[in-house]
Amino acid sequence: MGSQVHGAQKFDNAKRTETVFSEEAMKTAQTIISHYPEGKQKSALLPILHLAQAEFGGWLSPETMDYVASILKIKPVEVFEVASFYTMYNLKPVGKCVLEVCQTSSCWLNGAEDIVKYIEKKLNIKVGETTKDGMFTLKVAECLGSCGTAPMLQCGASYHENLTYEKVDAILETYKNEGRLRSYTDLDYKNTL
Amino acid sequence: MGRKLLIHNDKVPNIHTLEVYRAHGGYASVEKALKTMQPDQVTDEVKKSGLRGRGGAGFPTGMKWSFLAKPEGVPRYLVCNADESEPGTFKDRYLMEKIPHALIEGMITSSFALGAKQSYIYIRGEYFYVARILEAAIAEAYAAGWLGKNILGTDFSHDCSVQVGGGAYICGEETALLESLEGKRGNPRIKPPFPAVAGLWGCPTVVNNVETIAAVVPIVNMGGEEYAKIGVGKSTGTKLISASGHINKPGVYEIELGITVEEFIYSEEYCGGIRNGKKLKAVVAGGSSVPILPTELILKTAKGEPRLMTYESLSDGGFLTGTMLGSGGFIAMDEDTSIVKNLFTFSRFYHHESCGQCSPCREGTGWIEKILKKFIDGTANESDVDLLWDIQSKIEGKTICPLGEAAAWPVAAALRHFKHEFIEIAQKKKFVDISHYNRLNNIRP
Repeated sequence: MGSQVHGAQKFDNAKRTETVFSEEAMKTAQTIISHYPEGKQKSALLPILHLAQAEFGGWLSPETMDYVASILKIKPVEVFEVASFYTMYNLKPVGKCVLEVCQTSSCWLNGAEDIVKYIEKKLNIKVGETTKDGMFTLKVAECLGSCGTAPMLQCGASYHENLTYEKVDAILETYKNEGRLRSYTDLDYKNTL
Repeated sequence: MGRKLLIHNDKVPNIHTLEVYRAHGGYASVEKALKTMQPDQVTDEVKKSGLRGRGGAGFPTGMKWSFLAKPEGVPRYLVCNADESEPGTFKDRYLMEKIPHALIEGMITSSFALGAKQSYIYIRGEYFYVARILEAAIAEAYAAGWLGKNILGTDFSHDCSVQVGGGAYICGEETALLESLEGKRGNPRIKPPFPAVAGLWGCPTVVNNVETIAAVVPIVNMGGEEYAKIGVGKSTGTKLISASGHINKPGVYEIELGITVEEFIYSEEYCGGIRNGKKLKAVVAGGSSVPILPTELILKTAKGEPRLMTYESLSDGGFLTGTMLGSGGFIAMDEDTSIVKNLFTFSRFYHHESCGQCSPCREGTGWIEKILKKFIDGTANESDVDLLWDIQSKIEGKTICPLGEAAAWPVAAALRHFKHEFIEIAQKKKFVDISHYNRLNNIRP
């Protein structure tokens, strides 16, 4: 008989959490929680996971998820089952800029596959991979609601639409020069329909 | 030019601000409803208008509202479904991005009718920046007294907030949306009970699409009867259509229900015809879930009558020769398009988006994608055509939510109208993507 490793100790959130929100992020989290009635703070889980992902390096580590659980006073498994269900949460580390190229019908009709191949060649990675410098991760996405401005890719909060190879070049160049993490929660989005 | 009621001001500079929106007649429906009408009168106007749900199902909105249970002392909620995810659909995004106050005004007026003190706008996570735009508009509305306590000095108080999702098509299904709004996985609930009885946190809830709620504004302003004069038969009012694919002018158009499909595709007012002088091959008229139709059946019904942009005309002939208006996601494909490959992108989508709760959908969507991949790889056999038909027929009607149907219908329709393309691949053991020329350079010089 091996020793029991799960459930043997009493779970103590306070002891496990070293990850902590900045004061500003905590304020945002409290505002989100205030949108729901007393006792229904679990509703804030999805928005707060977005906040946590942006705060803690673009992905949700087990520690981050435990921390979110402690803020919302729910069980860590309640956070994990949600984080693992929705596609926008990364459960593994990703590059600073995650490029999500839409590949569904209208985007495919307008050359999304060519865009994917072009980025693969240019960054020397395949879909699902991250560049060696940790700058870019390439993903394909299902319909992002930009069908009239296809092909398109999303990076953080920004929708880049009516893509051409030249536009892709310019986007990669800009992001590389800026060199910072891009999140869905960014305020400096650049979108035009 | 057709009448426009929802996005007539979309080109006005700064229409996203409260000041400009108000200067163009904004929030008049709130004034009219709160000061001169009883809540039930607002519901009656919506009933008279004949407004039908604009998210895809087309259920009469007034009737949905009248189902709302009103037990004493239990809060009621209005939830706006802004989880627009049906491939080919981007109208709600356009409306919210351009004229956010149109939705917020609709939320207030509708909440007054329903007696909801709190409402939520559940928006898909990918539209995070649109949520920012809505939040800025909500802050303006609070500052000006359109939201908050005792609006316009009346007894009616209302709070509204936005919640972003996490990226899941299934959350556009209303019970999955409510689960997600409660901070859970987006697994649809078994109905009954319907949300009107037990919705958000078990309380009576109405879930309406963005465009539906925005349409309440002109209905209250002009009266339900006037609104119902627009359109044909039971398809009243105007509808936002998201047009994409191989057309000259993709974009969001507000049409009067009842124009012909031919006018919509070929007139300069709307899509402006097919790009590069090509011929139209097929159309998906109402978002990826609805049956694809070849040119001859989308322009004319099987009886030879011109097909109209209405709920009834588009579904004329049932699924054998017709389709659905659905969400108004209108995808046009030119003569060089491979229907097999297009179906593959849809089926890959549904496999990705199945929540995994019901076996027929979870397993079936996976099998469909795998078999279609065989066609794309040129390794499919003729028997695979029958196998595809068999699998799709075993999903429909056997799942908790309509994602099962949504995944099955496109397969059935592609086989019904374009079976020869599947057979040809299987016989030649070769798939040539006839649509594979450099579209990027061809289309956007």
